[in-house]
Amino acid sequence: MPKKTGKNILQPDKWVSLYADYLFNYAITRVNDHDIAKDLVQETFFSGLKGKDNFRGEATEKTWLISILKRKIIDYYRKINSAKGKKEVRMPFYQDGEKEGSWLEENVPQNWNNEADKKIENEELKSVLDLCIDHLPEKHRMVFLLKTQRNFETEEICNELGISSSNLWVIIHRARLQLRECIENNWFKK
Amino acid sequence: MSKKFMISCDEATTICDKTQYGEATWMERVKLNFHLMLCKHCRAYSMQNNYISRLLSKYLHDSCENDHLIDKEKHELEEKLKIHIKDISKN
Repeated sequence: MPKKTGKNILQPDKWVSLYADYLFNYAITRVNDHDIAKDLVQETFFSGLKGKDNFRGEATEKTWLISILKRKIIDYYRKINSAKGKKEVRMPFYQDGEKEGSWLEENVPQNWNNEADKKIENEELKSVLDLCIDHLPEKHRMVFLLKTQRNFETEEICNELGISSSNLWVIIHRARLQLRECIENNWFKK
Repeated sequence: MSKKFMISCDEATTICDKTQYGEATWMERVKLNFHLMLCKHCRAYSMQNNYISRLLSKYLHDSCENDHLIDKEKHELEEKLKIHIKDISKN
């Protein structure tokens, strides 16, 4: 058992009333799902309890619990990232050969009829946008929302999820390619 | 024109996505602009991408702000934790 070197102590019987809201808020802004965030908070408390003998008392109880939650979020991200059997997003570019990296004919961006000039920004369009974001694979959606909705710094996301910045841009790229195509299919082609 | 300015549509659209967050380097923007002069599909992508960014900033508000644990959930969590605390103190 590590020696207690700090003055802080753990009081697990007070964890829910003191930290559940704080940890839940931290988790929900990252995973965007109520039940998953709730599960992560629960797992954090259970892991904290299991590992309470490792608490040396130097950090506050709250900081210690957040560090556990952060690891849970990385684990969660790795899990959705490696989930097998899920359909990979097909890239709209030739993947090899002479034309590698060029648009596939069937995926070429279509004419959106000077969309920007028209007053089409309404509730219906918003629901198409929501639908298209919901349809992103979870591993892309999570990074996309952290970057686009919560305006996290690239470096912050990379640290939190344990990915490289080039990895992050590949994910954002895939998300935005898919988002563009989805908006085109569900709004401009109608 | 030097070959190092030539990039594929895949690379060009990746840089275009970076520019939406103001994070493309100067050199990347030079390559992108050069590519856009030659490629109408990527020009279309670029315009649509700018438009999507405007939509996102207009409609994509923080939807988690009002998402909280309700009392019942906290109570359940408390009960589960109590059982765990008991189990651990037994060992």
